[in-house]
Amino acid sequence: MSETLTIFEKGAPGRRAFVAPPLEVPRVDPHALLPVRLRRAQPPRLPEVSEPELVRHYVNLSKRNFDLDSGFYPLGSCTMKHNPKLHERVAALPGHARLHPFQHPRRAQGALELMWNLQQALGEISGLPHVSLQPSAGSHGELAGLLLTRAYHEDRGEQRTKVLTPDTAHGTNPATVTMAGLKVVKVATNADGGVDVEDLRAKATSDVACLMLTNPNTLGIFDANIAEIAEIVHGVGATLYYDGANLNAIMGITRPGDMGFDIVHFNLHKSFTQPHGGGGPGSGPIAVSERIAPYLMRPRIVRDDDGSFDLDMDEDGPSIGRLRGFQGNYGCFVRSYAYIRSLGAEGLKDASVTAVLNANYLLAKLGGLAEHLPLAYGRLCMHEFVLSGAPMKRELGIRTLDLAKRLLDFGVHPPTVYFPLLVDEALLIEPTETETKETLDRFAEIVAAILREAADDPEIARNAPYSTPVRRLDEAGAAKHPLIRQPLDAQKEPA
Amino acid sequence: MTVYTAATDADRDAMLAAIGVADVEELFAAIPAGLRLDRALDLPAGMAEQDVYAHLRELASRNVSCEDEVSFLGGGMYDHYVPAVIDMLMSRSEYLTPYTPYQPEVSQGNLQVMFEYQTAICELTGLPVSNASVYEGPSALASAAYLAKLANGRGRYVISAGVHPHARETLRTYAHGFGVEVVEVGLRDGVTDPDAWAAAIDGETSAVLLQQPNFYGAVEDVAALAAAAGESDAEDRPVVIASYDPIALGLLAPPGACGVDVCVGEGQPLGNRLDFGGPSFGFFAATEAHMRRMPGRIAGETVDMDGKRGFVLTLQTREQHIRREKATSNICTAQALNALGGVVYLSWLGRQGLVELGELLLQRTHYAREALCALDGVEPLHEQVVVREFAVRLVGVDVEAVVERCAEEGVNPGLALPDERALLVAITEQRSRTDIDRLVEVLGRVLAAEREAASVEVGA
Repeated sequence: MSETLTIFEKGAPGRRAFVAPPLEVPRVDPHALLPVRLRRAQPPRLPEVSEPELVRHYVNLSKRNFDLDSGFYPLGSCTMKHNPKLHERVAALPGHARLHPFQHPRRAQGALELMWNLQQALGEISGLPHVSLQPSAGSHGELAGLLLTRAYHEDRGEQRTKVLTPDTAHGTNPATVTMAGLKVVKVATNADGGVDVEDLRAKATSDVACLMLTNPNTLGIFDANIAEIAEIVHGVGATLYYDGANLNAIMGITRPGDMGFDIVHFNLHKSFTQPHGGGGPGSGPIAVSERIAPYLMRPRIVRDDDGSFDLDMDEDGPSIGRLRGFQGNYGCFVRSYAYIRSLGAEGLKDASVTAVLNANYLLAKLGGLAEHLPLAYGRLCMHEFVLSGAPMKRELGIRTLDLAKRLLDFGVHPPTVYFPLLVDEALLIEPTETETKETLDRFAEIVAAILREAADDPEIARNAPYSTPVRRLDEAGAAKHPLIRQPLDAQKEPA
Repeated sequence: MTVYTAATDADRDAMLAAIGVADVEELFAAIPAGLRLDRALDLPAGMAEQDVYAHLRELASRNVSCEDEVSFLGGGMYDHYVPAVIDMLMSRSEYLTPYTPYQPEVSQGNLQVMFEYQTAICELTGLPVSNASVYEGPSALASAAYLAKLANGRGRYVISAGVHPHARETLRTYAHGFGVEVVEVGLRDGVTDPDAWAAAIDGETSAVLLQQPNFYGAVEDVAALAAAAGESDAEDRPVVIASYDPIALGLLAPPGACGVDVCVGEGQPLGNRLDFGGPSFGFFAATEAHMRRMPGRIAGETVDMDGKRGFVLTLQTREQHIRREKATSNICTAQALNALGGVVYLSWLGRQGLVELGELLLQRTHYAREALCALDGVEPLHEQVVVREFAVRLVGVDVEAVVERCAEEGVNPGLALPDERALLVAITEQRSRTDIDRLVEVLGRVLAAEREAASVEVGA
C-alpha cells in the first residue's frame, strides 16, 4: 500500500537527510548580499525525509520495474543487449567521473585520447572516417545529419527542401525533418520489405536534399538494392543518411560507407551497450563522408604532431556549430569504448553474427505458430523480425496488445508492438546476441502456451496482466485529464 | 563465443539445423557480395576484463579531475557533492537497465520517479507543467525556442549575451534549421542591457531568451526583463524563455513568479556527476498554455482496471512515434536515469536543505569575491549581485597563462575568459574556506610573478 505513495506524500516537516557543512567564513547579512526583491518568498515544497526513508522509497520503487538484468527483453529496434558490469566500474573512476568539462585539454589528455580512439573505431566500423561524438541521442544525431545536409547543399548554392523517408521509418526520422526546416516525402515499401525502387526513382527530384534509410530496415530486412538506391539518390545530388538503429546486425560484415551512405548515426545505447537507464541517457555520434566533413559540429578533437590532443573550435570554418553544451555524453563514450576494446574486431563481428543467428533461430522456433503469427516479410531476417498478429486477432480473438500483456505474467518483457506501422498488429522481436538458446526456447514455448490458452479462453489474455504491480492502466483518462504533478496541499506550508 | 555471448558450437549447430541453413553465411545472403567487408575490421584485438580496466584506468590517470586539484571551475557544470545514496540508486539494475516505460504495468517505478521528478521541477520553478527531462541544458534552451516557433510562428529570437555561449551557439545551430533569425542583446554593467533589450523586442519577436544567474554569475532582474516583452497575459507577447541554475532556485524568486513562460536549465548540479560534460539532463517547465507543445516524455497519474493508483506516459499525441512529421519535437527519450539522480538529490537536500545550501554558497561566494578583489591587479568584472559564481578581471596579465601557473600548484582558479581578460570563479560546498584562502594565496603569488615577468620583458 505504502508503495503507491509518492515521496511528496511521505516524510514530515523538519525531517532531513542532508547536513550542511559549516559556514567557515564570516557571516554577512544575507539580505545585504541578495536583496529581498530578488529572493523567493517560500522555499520550494520539496520532500522532507530521512536518509533511511529516502533509500527505502526508491529501492521499493525500483522493484516495480522490469529490467534487463532480471529477464528477457526482446524489444525490437532497441537492441536490449547485456550491459557489461565492468563499464560501470570504469565510468565511475574519478579521473572520468569527476573531470570538469571546462578542464583545459592539456589536463584532460586521457579523456581526449579516449574520445579520439572511439572516433577512430566508429569510423572504421561504419566506413565513414569523419566522426563527431557530440549528439546526445539517435534523434539528436539525425538532426545533426539533416543540418549537415542543409549546410552542404547551401554551400553549393542549392536550396533543397525535401527529405525522402520510407514508410517503415522510425518516427524520429520525419519529426527531425520538420525540425530541420525540411519537408517529408514518403517512399513506398516493395513486396520484399525493401524500398520500392520505382517509387524512389519517381520521387528523387532535384529538390530532394536527402534520403533517410535504415538498412537493415525496421522489418529486419537487408535491402539488397542498396547500391541502386544510392546511385539514384546521388544521381540527383542528394545525400544518403543511415539511421544506425540497426547497426547491430552488420558490424564487421558490411559498412554504411561502403553501401554509399554519406552520414550515419550510431546509438551507443543500442549496439554499444550504454545502459538504457529507463529511457536515457543515450548517445548518438555521427560519422560522415569526405564531402560532409567540413560542416561537422564543433568543437572537434584534433591530434597534434606531438601526439597530444586538443579541442579545435574551428571558429572561421563552415561548421554548422554546436548542437549542445560541452563535448557530448562522455560517460557513455567510456562505456562504449570499453566495450569495443573488450570485444575487438573479431568480437564485434561475432556479436553481429550471433545476433542474426539468435533472431533467425527464434523466428524458426516461432515458425510453428505461423498460422496465427506469420512473418510479415521474407523468409529469413537479420537481427530482428516482424510478426503480424492479424490472424491471431481474427481467429483467436486476442490482439497483439493482449499477447504482449500476457507475456508480462510469464516474466518476459514484450517485443515492440504496433511498429512498424505498415504491418497490421505488428510484433517487432529483437533477441540480441547476449541471450542463450534456452531463453529463446522458453520464449517460443511461452508464446505457444498463450496462443493455446487463447484458443480455450481469450478472456484470459484480454484481461492480462495479473501478476504485475498494477494491471492495465487507463491511458485515455490520463491524457484527457492530465495529472502530471503531485498537487501539494498548503498543509505543509510553515505556520 | 565471446564473453558476452553464450552460443557454443553445439548450440550453433542445433540452431542452424532448426533454421534450416547450412551455415551462418546463408543468413547474410541478402547482402550483395560486392558490399561485404572482405577483411577484418581494423581494430585492436579484444582484451580480458582486467586489461580493459587497466587501460581505462590509465586513461583516467591522465586527466586532472576535481579529486586531483582544488577546482573553481564552473560555467554551467559544478563540482557539487554527490551523496552516496545517488550512486547506490543510479547503479541499481532496475533503474539502470530497462528502456522507456512502454509497458507501464512493469515500469511503475520508473514512471512514478518521472512523476515525482516533474513535481519537484514544478516546485522549483513555480511553473505548473514539467516534462520528464530532455538531453541537457543548452539544447533544452534551443528546444524551448522551437516551442515558441510552434506557438506563434514568428521569425526572430532575441537572446541576451548573458546566456551561456554554448547555449547561444546551440540556439543558432537549431534556429538556422527551422528558419528563425537570432538577435543578440549585449550586457551593461554585467547584466542584460535593459534599454537595448526593450528596443530589440517587436511584433516579429517569437521568443526572448535569458539566463539566471547569467554566464558571468550576475543575478538578472528577470521580472523586469520579462515585463519588457509585454504583459504576461497579453496574447501577442513573445514567449519568455529563461535558463536557470537549479541550485540558485533555493534562494532566487522562481521564474513562474517573474513572468517566465518556459524555464529550462542544466540539471547536472542536481546530484549528477561532471562526467566531462555528460550525460546529465535538461529540465523543461512551462505554463499551462504550452503543455501540449512540450517536447519529450511526460508521466501522468491514472488508475488501473482494479482502480489502483498508477502512472503512465501521457499526452503522447505530441510525440514523434504518434505524430511523426507533425510532432512537437523529434526527441524520443528523456534522460530518465539522470533525472532520477536529480529528484533523489532534491529529496536528499529537502525543503530546508536547498535553502541552506544556497545561503552557504552565497556567503562563501561573497567571501571569495571580496578576498580575490583585494588582491593587486584583480577587480570585479561587474558589481552585480552574485550567488555562487562571479567573474573578476585580471589586469595586465595573460589570463590563460595565470590559470596554467596556478594549476601547476594544484589550484585551478576557474575558467579563463580571454576576451574579457577575466576569470570565472565558481564556489560549491566542496570548496572550504581553506581552499578559498589557498586560491587567494596562489593567485596573488602568480599574479605578482606574472607582472614582474611582464615588466622585465617590457624593460628588455
